[in-house]
This record gives sequence, structure tokens and C-alpha cells, in this order.
Amino acid sequence: MSVRHALLALLSEGPKIGLKLRDEFEQRTGDVWPLNVGQVYTTLQRLERDGLIEANGDDDGPQKDYRITDAGRLEVDEWLHTPPSVIPPRDELVIKVLVALGVPGVDVPAVLQSHRRRLVELMQAYTTLKEDAVDDMRVALVVDAELFRLDALIRWLDSADARVRAMANAPTTDTSTQTSLVTRRTIRVVT
Amino acid sequence: MQGIELEGVSKTFGADEGEVHALRDVSLTISAGELVAVMGASGSGKSTLLTIAGSLEEPTNGTVRIHGRDVSSMSKNERARLRRQSIGYVFQDLNLLAGLTAAENVSLPLELDGMGLKEARRTAMAALERMGMSERADRFPDQLSGGERQRVAIARAVVGQRDVLLADEPTGALDSVNGEAVMRILRAACQDGVAGVVVTHDAQLASWAHRVIFLRDGRIVDQTVPPAGVESLLTGDGQP
Repeated sequence: MSVRHALLALLSEGPKIGLKLRDEFEQRTGDVWPLNVGQVYTTLQRLERDGLIEANGDDDGPQKDYRITDAGRLEVDEWLHTPPSVIPPRDELVIKVLVALGVPGVDVPAVLQSHRRRLVELMQAYTTLKEDAVDDMRVALVVDAELFRLDALIRWLDSADARVRAMANAPTTDTSTQTSLVTRRTIRVVT
Repeated sequence: MQGIELEGVSKTFGADEGEVHALRDVSLTISAGELVAVMGASGSGKSTLLTIAGSLEEPTNGTVRIHGRDVSSMSKNERARLRRQSIGYVFQDLNLLAGLTAAENVSLPLELDGMGLKEARRTAMAALERMGMSERADRFPDQLSGGERQRVAIARAVVGQRDVLLADEPTGALDSVNGEAVMRILRAACQDGVAGVVVTHDAQLASWAHRVIFLRDGRIVDQTVPPAGVESLLTGDGQP
């Protein structure tokens, strides 16, 4: 999980001060990912240096307000759509999708699909290994273990897709409250 | 070309307010030798795509070509002959005839197509042998296990000169090892020059296909590009 990208995603909802960012980060990751405030400010300085966020006004104290730049929004969007370079542990995938829910303008089904495609491609690669090693039970067992694990992730993406779709069809629901509750429970289960 | 081509295919059921767009502007080519899996949620249009590709249903718009021939330009008889001679179907409920043995189930379509009884039986036995079912050829469907019945249905689908294979959830309720055996057979059949389409919601089954298409609300929204360099997967040397 990238703290840098998570903070950037939180700022895409509107300007915030450092302390508020820390509180929201911890709240949305189910209070299982403590973050010290020093880490928050170091990350914010780097984001500012890279032109992804800007500070509002000249105040240099803890009340300094940060807002995301256009380059920052682009960065968040790219990060959400890019599959991790290693097979994602489930909690990272879950957090990515939860973050995507809160970022304005993100096509959440498209984010889900980019992860789904990558996982199916990995499954195809594993299945090819199994096809080639038709008489090698050890390979089959190792490959099966990976296939079942990847399959579970895809099933989770499918159910997330269905839930997002159901919520989109029920516009009267207060999604912000529900998301935050779901976040807390889900993260506790998977970690 | 040999294989199936769908170009700008749409399918609409009902009219006015009850109108349902099962497929929207789908273009897809499945070559001889290729097995393509179609994945998508319930109602995404998977089964409609299969029935249209197999000329069991006509598209509202667009063109379906099988082996380069536009299906809509064929007469009713020509289309029936195409279905009998070129296209094999495997549906979830298999549709094996309970009063016929495995061998008779497989040879029936050949006999209906005018092949002599002896040759039809010989061809059917060869197809069953490829599925590892020659020992069970004289059994009736209710004397066979689920996996065996599935193999008979696939033998019937590929028997003779059929070179298009269409399967809708072909492993039914089989356990994963038997399901894998069925997918191995389908993949091997395609590698022998058959153009195959398998519709499934199961990613493990879909991963046996050379290419996976994702349908959403009747549209193709994505497809896989299988990664190269699979050897590194087991050693952990890197990602494909």
C-alpha cells in the first residue's frame, strides 16, 4: 500500500490539513494501519516538491492546507488503474478498490476490470504451466494453489462489481457513511 | 477465413419499454485452432453471443460469418446443414438421449446426416476413443458418471468433420479435477484446428482458453493478452 498515493487520493476529495489526512487515512484503513504524523508531513513535502499538491497560503504551521494539482489527479488515476507489479496480496487490492470509491470521477468498474484482466492473464500463464506438465503432480499442486488463490480474488472483484452496480442503482443511499463502515469491517477480516 | 467472425453484431429482445439489448455492436474473430472464453456477469450477453455465433439465433444487426460465409445469406436448409456438419454444441444440460448408448448418442448426428450405419459407428467409436471413453461406449447415459457423460457430449460435438465448437458452461457441476479434464479435451480439440468458444463464469475454466473476452451489458469491454515467460512463475524469478 502506497501512503503517498493514499494521501493523494484523500486530497482529491478536497483541500485538507496534515492532521486531518492522518485521521482519515487511519479511519479508512480500519485503524489497522497506524501512521505517525511525521511520516504524513514528509510525504506531503515530497508530493509538493513533485508538483502533485500545493499548499494554500503562507501558513507554515500544522494548519497548513494542501490541495491536489491537475498532475496529482492524473497520478491518482494512473495508480488506481495500474495493476501491482507483484501478485497483489488481497488487502492491497481491497484497499485500492476502497480508495477508488472515494475518488471523484474514477470509473470504479473500469478499475475492477483492469485488476480482473490482469488476474485472469496470470491464471492463463499458470494453466499453461499445468498443461505442459501433464504428468508432474508437484507442479499441478503448486499451480492449483495459485489458481485457487487468484480465483478467490476474481470472485471478490465480481462481488465488488455487483455491489457497486447495486449502489449506483440506488441513488438515495448515503454512500459515504456506508463505505466507511464497510472499510472498517472488511480490513479487519482480511488482515 | 476458417473460423467464426462476428462483425457489429447487436441483438435486441422485446420492444418499446420492454426492450432489452442483449448484445451491442460486438465484433469478434475466432480463428481455427483457437479456443476463446467469454466471461461476464449474469445477463451480460454471454449465452446470446454463443447462440448467435452458432447460427441458432439471428442477430438484430450485424454479420456472422462461419468459414467466410455470411450466415444470413444462406437458405434455411443450408443453415441447417451448416449446423449439422460444421458446428458442435455442448450445453450445460448435455441433452444426451437416455434410451441410446454412448456410441449411439455420438453416431446419431452422423446417421441423420446420411452417413451409413457402419461408418457412423466407426467414426463415433474413434471420437469416443479420443475422449478415453471407448470402454464405456455401450453404456447408457444413466450408467455413466457426470464426467463421463460430459465426455460423451463433447465427443458428439466434435465427431465427423466439425470444426466449430460452442460450449455453454461445459463442465456443469463437475468437481475441479474432472472439470479440468473436460477443458483439456476442449483445448486439445481446438489445437487440432477447431475454432472454439466457451462461455463460463468460472475463471479457472476460462484460463484454459487462449484468449479471454470480457462482456459487460452486451459489449466487449476487455480481453486478455496472455503473458509470456511462464517458466519464471514457479521459481519466483519474476512476473510474466
